[in-house]
Amino acid sequence: MTIQFNDETFRDDYSFHNSEWAIRRFPFPFHEDSYMYSMNAEQHRGGPDGSVYENRFDVDEHYVSEMQDRAKVLSEDPLRCQSLPHMTLAGWDLLELIMVSKSEDYPDLFELHRDGDQWRWVNKPLGIDDTFTFLDESTLPYGPMEYITRQSQGDFALLDQRDENLWMDAGMVTTQADWSLDFNIGMNFIEWHGPVPLANEMGIFKRALKFLLNIPQGSPGRRLNWTMTVNPLLDTSPENYHKWGIQKTTLTPENIGAKQHLRVELQTFYRLPRSNALAFPIRCYLCSFQDLMTMPKWGRRLHRVVRDLPVELATYKGFIDNRPLMIDYLSKFDDGLPTSPGIFPEPETEPPLKT
Amino acid sequence: MSAPQKAKAGAEKIAVTVSAVVPVTEYVTRFEFTRTDGADFPPFSGGAHTVVSMEDGDRTRLNPYSLMSDPTDLSHYAISVRREDTGRGGSAFMHSQVAPGDAMTITCPVNLFGLDWRAKKHIFFAGGIGITPFLAMIGQLEQTNGNWELHYAARTPESAAYADMLLAKFPTKVHVYYSGQGVRIPLESLLSGQPLGTHAYVCGPAGLIDLVHDTATGIGWPHSNVHSEEFLAPAPGAPFEVRLCKSDKTITVGEHESLLEAMEREGVDAPFLCRGGSCGQCETNVVSADGGFIHRDHWLDDDDRASGKKIMPCVSRFVGTTLELDR
Ligand code: HEM
Ligand code: FES
Repeated sequence: MTIQFNDETFRDDYSFHNSEWAIRRFPFPFHEDSYMYSMNAEQHRGGPDGSVYENRFDVDEHYVSEMQDRAKVLSEDPLRCQSLPHMTLAGWDLLELIMVSKSEDYPDLFELHRDGDQWRWVNKPLGIDDTFTFLDESTLPYGPMEYITRQSQGDFALLDQRDENLWMDAGMVTTQADWSLDFNIGMNFIEWHGPVPLANEMGIFKRALKFLLNIPQGSPGRRLNWTMTVNPLLDTSPENYHKWGIQKTTLTPENIGAKQHLRVELQTFYRLPRSNALAFPIRCYLCSFQDLMTMPKWGRRLHRVVRDLPVELATYKGFIDNRPLMIDYLSKFDDGLPTSPGIFPEPETEPPLKT
Repeated sequence: MSAPQKAKAGAEKIAVTVSAVVPVTEYVTRFEFTRTDGADFPPFSGGAHTVVSMEDGDRTRLNPYSLMSDPTDLSHYAISVRREDTGRGGSAFMHSQVAPGDAMTITCPVNLFGLDWRAKKHIFFAGGIGITPFLAMIGQLEQTNGNWELHYAARTPESAAYADMLLAKFPTKVHVYYSGQGVRIPLESLLSGQPLGTHAYVCGPAGLIDLVHDTATGIGWPHSNVHSEEFLAPAPGAPFEVRLCKSDKTITVGEHESLLEAMEREGVDAPFLCRGGSCGQCETNVVSADGGFIHRDHWLDDDDRASGKKIMPCVSRFVGTTLELDR
């Protein structure tokens, strides 16, 4: 299908909006009526037609506007994109992976023409048509990771693998849920997960690390993570907390449906072939509470999950103060009927909500 | 697109055609593959291995081999196999049964012995057939103007696979030592004379690997700057019986097969990547055990072993009366 790209903002007037198509395919992260951290990883080998799982790198109606937002963030803070010197080869690996995947998955939007190491890349939505020499940095306007991630939705971490650990040695991070690349650069998997409550004690990080160290080439994996964001902000970074943290206090019973967004990250893992590094794309999707309530199953379930979430998680995710307001709003939609298992909305079979 | 697939054992498979079988020395033969679908192979990194499936009568043998072809040339992959007459038959099968034109299956590359890209310099120590991963690493470093040198120990000039080719191409970087002539790699002086930020890599017999680690540690090298790869072949042992709870089967592991192979023989889909005790993929939970484990892997830590709750079926065995696994 051809995608109609929105003209929208993720700051100031917040004109961001989801079409019905985008709501229907929103990656709702709860497969049951409660939530706790778990080693929730599966193979990334496609998914139902039209879902965000279908293609290796999902492109949706927000693509062009998200890339404009990224360019703004980078112009104000270049440290959002960093690559230690030994990670350049991994950057080329990532560029190849994304160019090959997008040109195969979206042939009407992206083209890649390869003649030996002479490559031509055509990105129609962004109006780019560049020719360069693969593995020769001097032929691109930016380093390879920066070049391709300025054209790809979501954040990207490139992890060097050595000493049975993963090291955050490169990344492009402008749409993050309150963590900083500049702070984490050079840290290992256990170090950068330090602030997360409970999961370490549950043995999750030890298992997750073993799993990631073993991701083989050609067998990518994926998982969902989530948090809450007031206003459709992509850049909820610690660097800019002074700008967005205060917006959490503007929530009222009248505006919560429009302002409060569920923020979901589709995280994928790819072994990179030339560098043996791991690519970790973190793709952010936002959906307002009122849009979520158009899917009866999600309406019922979101109330139950938010209501019963352990205090530690609601605190870490930064919405403990607004939780009563959220529960008030969501409880009005929950009629107590059972929900079907799995994350997909099934609007055809779930009975409508009461309001 | 299809629905999400269940994870399968091992890495992705690639259908290949044997394009050349080239004798290299009395014991070593090179096998070259092209892709049966005519496409290029996936890119790979120096130090990666592939697992080759061999259809030997009614059994499937799966052996890992380092990729030794040049990573910048993806039109073919190559491995070199040393015939082990005392081994468990995989190498003998390759030498006696495989001919050009044969269809085979190999896995996508997996790298457990990658280059450390931070290194200012890479120094390689190879013993015998342990030369193979370095051939691919050298190909990759030559492409990126990396700084490397190779020290290669073999018994005799006739048995030193690829030594002539390497010496001719890189006369200043390659050094070969023949034990038959009483010459050993001067490890201590080589390791002490290296610039800061040098990484050492060793592949070959266990004795050489231990010697390089010990020598490096002895003269104060950081542990993390010494890398080694040793594929453990599953060792034979007394047969034992295992109850597989999830599959609801009781099987017997024979003297000359591994627990992993026995599970595969019985049609149990068990995960693996390296089949040599180092990747961790085959880790299996023990439900109950009355007896002792013979842990041979490089994966489980001391706590795991002490707990008696884990086993690596690709190389480890059990001696005792009853064993129940969560598989
Ligand atoms: C290499 C891949 C990964 C990277 C780069 C990564 C990175 C991060 C970062 C930067 C954070 C925020 C920490 C902070 O508060 O400063 C985080 C949180 C977290 N990570 Fe990871 N992670 C990775 C893989 C995984 C995997 C495989 C799991 C599997 C369970 C996992 C579980 C979590 C959890 C549970 C949190 C807390 C999230 C929340 O409650 O919102 N991570 N991760
Ligand atoms: S398969 Fe790699 S450790 Fe067993």
